[in-house]
Amino acid sequence: MSQANPTRTPARTPIALPGREPLLTARGWAAWCLALVVGCVLVPVLNLALPADSALHLSDFAVGLVGKIMCYAICALAMDLIWGYTGILSLGHGLFFALGGYAMGMYLMRQIGTDGNYGSTLPDFMVFLDWKTLPWHWALSSSFVATLVLVLLAPGLVALVFGFFAFRSRIKGVYFSIITQAMTFAAMLLFFRNETGFGGNNGFTDFKRILNVPIATPTMRMTLFVMTAATLLLFFLLARAIVASKFGRVLQALRDAESRVMFSGYAPLGYKLFIWTLSAMMCGVAGALYVPQVGIINPSEMSPANSIEIAIWAAVGGRATLIGPILGAFIVNGAKSWLTVAYPDFWLYFLGALFIGVTLFLPDGVVGLIKRRLGGQA
Amino acid sequence: MPIRHLLALLLLLAAGSAYSLTPQQAQAMAVGEGDARIDALHAALAQPDAQTVAFIQALSDDAVKIVGGKALIAKDDKAVDPVSGQEIPLPDNAEDVINNNRMRGELDNALATLKLFAPDVAVRRDAIKTLQGNVDENTLPLLDRAIAQESVAALKDQLGQLRAAALLASKDPAKRLQAATLLAESAQASTQTLLLERLKDEGDPAVRAALQTSLARVVAHLAWGDRLGALFSGISLGSILLLVALGLAITYGLMGVINMAHGELMMVGAYATYAVQGVFQRHFPGAFDWYLLASVPVSFLTAALVGAVLERSVIRFLYGRPLETLLATWGISLALMQSVRSIFGAQNVGVENPSWMSGGVQLMGNLSLPYNRLVIVGFALGVLLAVGFLIGRTRLGLFVRGVTQNRPIASCMGVNTARIDAYAFALGSGIAGLAGCALSQIGNVGPDLGQGYIVDSFMVVVLGGVGQLAGTVLAALGLGILNKVLEGWTGAVLAKIAVLVFIIIFIQKRPQGLFAMKGRSAES
Repeated sequence: MSQANPTRTPARTPIALPGREPLLTARGWAAWCLALVVGCVLVPVLNLALPADSALHLSDFAVGLVGKIMCYAICALAMDLIWGYTGILSLGHGLFFALGGYAMGMYLMRQIGTDGNYGSTLPDFMVFLDWKTLPWHWALSSSFVATLVLVLLAPGLVALVFGFFAFRSRIKGVYFSIITQAMTFAAMLLFFRNETGFGGNNGFTDFKRILNVPIATPTMRMTLFVMTAATLLLFFLLARAIVASKFGRVLQALRDAESRVMFSGYAPLGYKLFIWTLSAMMCGVAGALYVPQVGIINPSEMSPANSIEIAIWAAVGGRATLIGPILGAFIVNGAKSWLTVAYPDFWLYFLGALFIGVTLFLPDGVVGLIKRRLGGQA
Repeated sequence: MPIRHLLALLLLLAAGSAYSLTPQQAQAMAVGEGDARIDALHAALAQPDAQTVAFIQALSDDAVKIVGGKALIAKDDKAVDPVSGQEIPLPDNAEDVINNNRMRGELDNALATLKLFAPDVAVRRDAIKTLQGNVDENTLPLLDRAIAQESVAALKDQLGQLRAAALLASKDPAKRLQAATLLAESAQASTQTLLLERLKDEGDPAVRAALQTSLARVVAHLAWGDRLGALFSGISLGSILLLVALGLAITYGLMGVINMAHGELMMVGAYATYAVQGVFQRHFPGAFDWYLLASVPVSFLTAALVGAVLERSVIRFLYGRPLETLLATWGISLALMQSVRSIFGAQNVGVENPSWMSGGVQLMGNLSLPYNRLVIVGFALGVLLAVGFLIGRTRLGLFVRGVTQNRPIASCMGVNTARIDAYAFALGSGIAGLAGCALSQIGNVGPDLGQGYIVDSFMVVVLGGVGQLAGTVLAALGLGILNKVLEGWTGAVLAKIAVLVFIIIFIQKRPQGLFAMKGRSAES
């Protein structure tokens, strides 16, 4: 990057340092609690307790869709921490999402037991490939606890190693974006291979049970939904705590003027590495929640296009706000599930226009637009 | 075999034949046990005449029927006597001749052997190719005759190799020894297999030793062919990467714009080539071979125009915000892809090579350089020289370099930087169009043509550094060759991953790429 093209965005923080913010304002807590009640009580009641012909009944399709979008919203929140608050645009978050998904998928494949098409204890694709034993990386896949650890560790470790090398040599800006894109692209190629032991291009599907409970029942679906909603809300609190802390302030300073932060005596490596790894782990959790709800995971989740879409969710909602990315994920994916059915040819035009329009006209996203309309700092 | 070749062949053979096909021979070839039929086929091949050739061809085409133990060639609803050529109505009780795979292989071989006498050089060359690895002692007399008649020196050599291969199965150890020595000069993978197989059964120690020496030489020869082949495909891939990355280097180097729609501009160039091909097919079918020359400027201008429109309408509002530009250009790429899908359909379209680009130069037995790849290497070189000239020697190039190095100062000196941006972006896009035109000659042309190259081409730019064409050239060729050499060891996917890991490690040492512009800014 030549000096003629400064990469930093102008500082937005006023010179007088604001005092330490509370975790959430009173109104914020009220909204958070409301969301918790809606997600964990109201939706289950509307879906399970009300008869199907009632006007207030929530269809299974709607529950599935919202559950899926909440997983995306976790990704968008993770993306916002690294991009919106630290100024590092990752085009590889799809990889972390997929790694979490694959970790969960391995467990779900083992839970099929001998009910597969070939009646073997091995997953079907291994029988198909004529493998006799489980490969080494499947060793822990029968344990649910180990799987939960793996869901966090697999994306976390990949992010830690990758981030260490990238941030240590001070790769930033578009260079970093391009390298992360290459990373997820390479991983996709790797996972497409049958020899890698993750089911090749079919990935994992046809799940039967989770914790020995059938997976396709309404109760199970609702349990997953409630867990996703609770995770999203907890992650929101976590992100809020980080952003409001001194650590979060340094992150935003790194975003706005990295050199000045360095000259003030801060080493950026640790800050960037922590938030980058945390963001990756959040994506991994999202993936692990996504797979049992959608019922399939395959390498196309790692395609560069998917990762870029995560960025656009955050951008549409509004970067550097925490509610924005969640809103963005709902807006974009809601539009997607409607448009791809109603006007399938039109969807890519819409998505393309969204990318262009948001960057040109809505740099602060929908939340920024609302704030400007209200004229205050809501 | 085309009928006119067959006729020429018949005349040629009929002239010198001592005796002609007898009904007994025809019957022996068509009826009976497999071994007996094959023996009969070989016997007939020793002194073939026109009727024999026609009969073998008919056998291979499943046109021979048996009526009361007599073989007839069926033609529509008539039957022809293979010996006399008399036509008789086809009786109802005619039985089909069943050829098993072995018989079929022998028939194909027999036909290929006969083709060795065809007047057309290409037919003879194909025949030799078919026969490789399929000759035995029975073929020897015909091979000897073919060698005596052959006028093209290269084919004569190949026939000699074939003869040696046939000799290798001989019962006479002296002949085998001679064959083993002769075969050392062959650079065919089939020779290696042949020698290995012979080595397994060989009892005679002298022949064994000769076989082993020959085998070592053939293997060494083949290894060289493989190495050179990998090098060439590396250079070929490198030249494609160079074409793709040249345009990127200009837009990124000049404006710091990561143009994610670069691949789609290539796609625009490829579809422009397709459109020009369509125009030539419809209006100038006579000059079809030259459509590619016309499509070079068309694809350049089309992509440059699209690029200029993009720069004026979107990108110029985003200068200084590279991450936003990245997202906006990604959006552009989605829209471009969908437009092409709407206009040309989601399927790949067919772009044909002009006839002068098909085929290739056969350098060694296992090394041939396809013309289309060679042309693209040359084309990439030409584009590189043109860009180098434009950037290094023209007034526009001077301005471009000035703006790249220091935008505010260039502006102070009176350079209209906004206009230079537009020109440079159009130039970079035009070069992407040229890359698309080149790609249309070696791969599929479809809406996602650009997607496959975008990661690789950015790697080239990242590795090569910004601001120097030399960096881009070195990085493109280096990555291309590294990729292909690794591919030989590890397979395509692992090679790609290894290259990626290499780039990440390389950037640890030189974050600015191979050739970085020197500066004292803490930001750079």
